[in-house]
Amino acid sequence: MNVIQVLFWILSAMALVSALMVLLSKNPVHSVLWLVAVFFAISGHYILLNAQFIAIVNLIVYAGAIMVLFLFVIMLMNLNKDTEPQKNIWMKLAGAISAGCLLMILVSLIKQAPELQAKTAMMNEGGIGLIANLGKALFNTYVVPFEISSILFLSAMVGAVVIGKKD
Amino acid sequence: MPEVLQKILWLSTALFFIGVYGMLTRRNMLAILMSLELMLNSVNINFVAFNKYLHPEKLDGIFFFLFIVTIAAAEAAVAIAIIIHLYRYHKNIDVGETEELKY
Repeated sequence: MNVIQVLFWILSAMALVSALMVLLSKNPVHSVLWLVAVFFAISGHYILLNAQFIAIVNLIVYAGAIMVLFLFVIMLMNLNKDTEPQKNIWMKLAGAISAGCLLMILVSLIKQAPELQAKTAMMNEGGIGLIANLGKALFNTYVVPFEISSILFLSAMVGAVVIGKKD
Repeated sequence: MPEVLQKILWLSTALFFIGVYGMLTRRNMLAILMSLELMLNSVNINFVAFNKYLHPEKLDGIFFFLFIVTIAAAEAAVAIAIIIHLYRYHKNIDVGETEELKY
């Protein structure tokens, strides 16, 4: 057990516990805050995978922008109290069964794939996630998807304004 | 120091499972959207991990991550606009009680 492995287990436990608390907490504000904790843990995993730029983007975009938007909407709607009755046991059972089938399929796939058996990598070297390499590739190889995503943002903005305005 | 790929795949699989369960069982529309974000994040972990372990000289997984984050932001904006519009008419956002999108 070296430092990276200890960090890996701590971050994994934090991500799983926080993700469970997102579902278990009745108050939507608490759900959003636990989800922010999940994003922090996942950013820690990205740093362990040596993708520093992605870790920061994950924090800024998800925890900084999207989750704040969620919080504002929840407070706008006065949902910051326990609103969800959640007493249908059959619905929980059906959800657990159908999601558990998917989980079983994914677990058996990961177990059986021969390309993934004991694949290792050096965790703390390589400059693949650094911002200089990413910027060069983004504006050479990926410039068309980059521009298309800007059009996507424009259309999402127009769509949000059109849907959200009073008629 | 080497690290095994499968451990991080277990983590992302568990996160995806939690997201699917939340999407199927929660009634609040915002909570469903939050479960969706959880599922998108587990997929992102997979992309970055596969990029790091299988093709460490390429950047494809990282750019998939960036475009998924882009699409998630746009989707959250549109979905929240729809939810606010729905709340204005029905005064709640429970998916069981708001059965039509348009009045």
